[in-house]
Amino acid sequence: MGRVFSAAAWFLVAPLAGAGNQINMSPGVTEMGGNIFELHMLIMWICVGIGVLVFGAMFYSIYAHRKSKGHQASQFHESTQVEVAWTVVPFLILIAMAFPATSTLLDVYDNDESELDILITGHQWKWKYEYLDDSGETVVFFSNLATPQEEIYNTQGKGENYLLEVDEPLVIPTHTKVRFLITANDVIHSWWVPEIAVKRDAIPGFINEAWTRVPEEGIYRGQCTELCGAYHGFMPIEVHAVSRDEFDSWIAAKRGIAAAQTELAMQTLSVDELMDEGKRVYDSACLVCHGAGGEGGVGNAIAGSPVVLGDIAAHMALVADGVSGTAMQAFGDQLTAVDMAAVLTYQRNAFGNNTGDVVQPGDVAGTKNG
Amino acid sequence: MGDHHHGPATGVTRWLFTTNHKDIGTMYLWFSFAMFLLGGFFAMVIRAELFQPGMQLVEPGFFNQMTTLHGLIMVFGAIMPSFVGLANWLIPMMIGAPDMALPRMNNWSFWILPPAFLMLASTLFMEGGAPAFGWTFYAPLSTTYAAPSVTFFIFAIHILGVSSIMGSINIIATVMNMRAPGMTYMKMPMFVWTWLITAFLLVAVMPVLAGAVTMMLMDIHFGTSFFSAAGGGDPVLFQHIFWFFGHPEVYIIILPAFGVVSQIIPAFSRKPLFGYASMVYATASIAFLSFIVWAHHMYTVGMPLAGELFFMYATMLIAVPTGVKVFNWITTMWRGSLTFETPMLFCIGFLVLFTLGGFTGLMLSIAPADFQYHDTYFVVAHFHYVMVAGAVFSMTAAIYYWLPKWCGRMYSESMGKTHFWISFIGFNITFFPQHFVGLAGMPRRIPDYALQFADFNMMSSIGAFIYGASQLLFLYNVVATIVAGKPVSEEKVWDGAEGLEWTVATPAPYHTFEEPPAVPKPVGTF
Repeated sequence: MGRVFSAAAWFLVAPLAGAGNQINMSPGVTEMGGNIFELHMLIMWICVGIGVLVFGAMFYSIYAHRKSKGHQASQFHESTQVEVAWTVVPFLILIAMAFPATSTLLDVYDNDESELDILITGHQWKWKYEYLDDSGETVVFFSNLATPQEEIYNTQGKGENYLLEVDEPLVIPTHTKVRFLITANDVIHSWWVPEIAVKRDAIPGFINEAWTRVPEEGIYRGQCTELCGAYHGFMPIEVHAVSRDEFDSWIAAKRGIAAAQTELAMQTLSVDELMDEGKRVYDSACLVCHGAGGEGGVGNAIAGSPVVLGDIAAHMALVADGVSGTAMQAFGDQLTAVDMAAVLTYQRNAFGNNTGDVVQPGDVAGTKNG
Repeated sequence: MGDHHHGPATGVTRWLFTTNHKDIGTMYLWFSFAMFLLGGFFAMVIRAELFQPGMQLVEPGFFNQMTTLHGLIMVFGAIMPSFVGLANWLIPMMIGAPDMALPRMNNWSFWILPPAFLMLASTLFMEGGAPAFGWTFYAPLSTTYAAPSVTFFIFAIHILGVSSIMGSINIIATVMNMRAPGMTYMKMPMFVWTWLITAFLLVAVMPVLAGAVTMMLMDIHFGTSFFSAAGGGDPVLFQHIFWFFGHPEVYIIILPAFGVVSQIIPAFSRKPLFGYASMVYATASIAFLSFIVWAHHMYTVGMPLAGELFFMYATMLIAVPTGVKVFNWITTMWRGSLTFETPMLFCIGFLVLFTLGGFTGLMLSIAPADFQYHDTYFVVAHFHYVMVAGAVFSMTAAIYYWLPKWCGRMYSESMGKTHFWISFIGFNITFFPQHFVGLAGMPRRIPDYALQFADFNMMSSIGAFIYGASQLLFLYNVVATIVAGKPVSEEKVWDGAEGLEWTVATPAPYHTFEEPPAVPKPVGTF
């Protein structure tokens, strides 16, 4: 109760102390964002102008034409000239608004001549980024919420970028026209980063286009903006805009890692390596639904699960293909062979599931090819 | 009272078997108020969870069930049936008819509603929980990825659709066939006009909604792929069908509200409605435009440029007839002799806040700007300004305005005014800051949010609790009036009121206009 009262008291002083609360759209960093912001302000000020006239007339009438002041009612009830005027004048104002709106829209739709193409796929509840301009190893990775559960469930203080931070951000070069090809794997999502003025729905089976050209290096954050299920609020977007040189070295490094992964998939890993890697994969892919201790939640418990304790092939098939009609997704396309082997090994040996089974990347590849 | 006629039956059978338009209207109104409280309770759960960042009270999945049921119950359970109830009470009395044209169907269209909502609410207790895909139920979240309770949701929507279609046919049949001699179309009160146009909209679009949910049912249970790209269908098709229903639907909600305001403002201005004919034409234009603007809800789905431009221009046009209506209401007040009883206060509140909602609507119509507004709290603020301050405020005004005629007792004016001011202030504390967080980048339908949105969300929650509590005062005021209000017996309860409903006795007898009245003089002249 005390908290409610202090909140109420706080509310009274908030307008005085309310610095730092953003109350308007941000023009962002791109030229397009600036154009959209100007359009937004233009329409808003036109509305404010009309509002001042309309409400001014109304409040004057409320003040001056009240019965308590003895005002007698006139009985006029139509005037063709006035009625035509207030039909035609708003129409002309709308035509004036349509010009800047149309030219900005044409710009939004100009997806041609991009210098870098990135395929963005929405998954419940993470984004997958794939760089398409590649020769050699494809750079593809998932971007998950990095905010720990402890912050969300208030057992730990919240960080500055609470709910807007990811484990692996999208990296793009500045001064480059980047085209996004946006789609989804399961339900409809929407990819939105306000500061670079891109919002486009991610629709399963269809590919939408959007583009940006970021002039300034920096970190730009956004969120999924189409309701996509239970954890819709927990699939943020983080874009790092870096110089062309930095981008080139970043992508070269990513290609190197991808090549190493392919290499690794051929090898036999130690149990410790598999368990360490498995815990990392579990925490990013499984934990939200199955719990930090494998106790279950949205999903079934992993601890003591008959699937996990049973046949390895059936366990792998379930993780790879998901369970239709439930929140259990198909992870086959999301995990590398190393990830898959590691997470299966981890699940089969953690949380008291002491099966002693070891799954190697080679077994996974074998299953897929078989 | 026609003393050779029987009054109402006694006991529960009066309500079960009644074909009396007043009884049915009363049941609709009480039912919709119960739904308003239920939907409001869900809103309180939403605002309590959003009071602070972090998950406190509910899980994310349950949060989505709350937003979904809040929207569905408010739209289909509270606002729509309340205006049908008002239509039942008032249309026969306004056009000088003894009852609705199809009284048995009238009984049926009411009585299928409670089971439908009972079924919808019962999904909360089903395995997998209630529908959690938003009131717009976009596929495939509502098909392949939905909880099993979605089938009950589909059945409930079908029943609501049947109820609405029957109700609308009844209204159309009544208005077309049962007007008293001399009551030409252009003499009808604006409330009757707006409902006639609304009824045509309903008959046109409820079958489209039924089609959409039937296709969902087929996709879920019978292996079709209307909305699944993997099987050759299209998830965006769902949105086109839904909004072809959904956009007229929002005018179905707001047009009768326009009608109410057009009755009440002249009464307390003691001056005829300005521009009656242009009001009728503006209403018809809005209804027509509502069929060709649906895709403005979908600017970000990746429509071709030509489609985007067409829907933008058509949407902007709606500002013209809507502006005409606002100008007409203000000119009605201009040089009148104004008093500010509770119904008038709610109408002025409507006028101010609905116009603000109209301005944000115009901003949202601008497609390139909508890329930044779409699916943020800016949209949530916009549609609560037009739905709550538009439809609910005008409905509240209507209750205060006609309640003395219905029950022959006067409500407490001081309590009514208190209700207005708490509502008005609470509403604005709730929804005005939502413009800010929306523009600053907060998506809608999220159970938890980034820290920069915290202050305004707390403010919004406090406002919501104030607004919610004020409705209990409203309930108390209405019940106290019915039970023990000061009796009134003048036929014309308000000195500025015009229309046939004010020529019958107060309280309105069980049967009115068994003999058609003489229609005095055209509406719009005193």
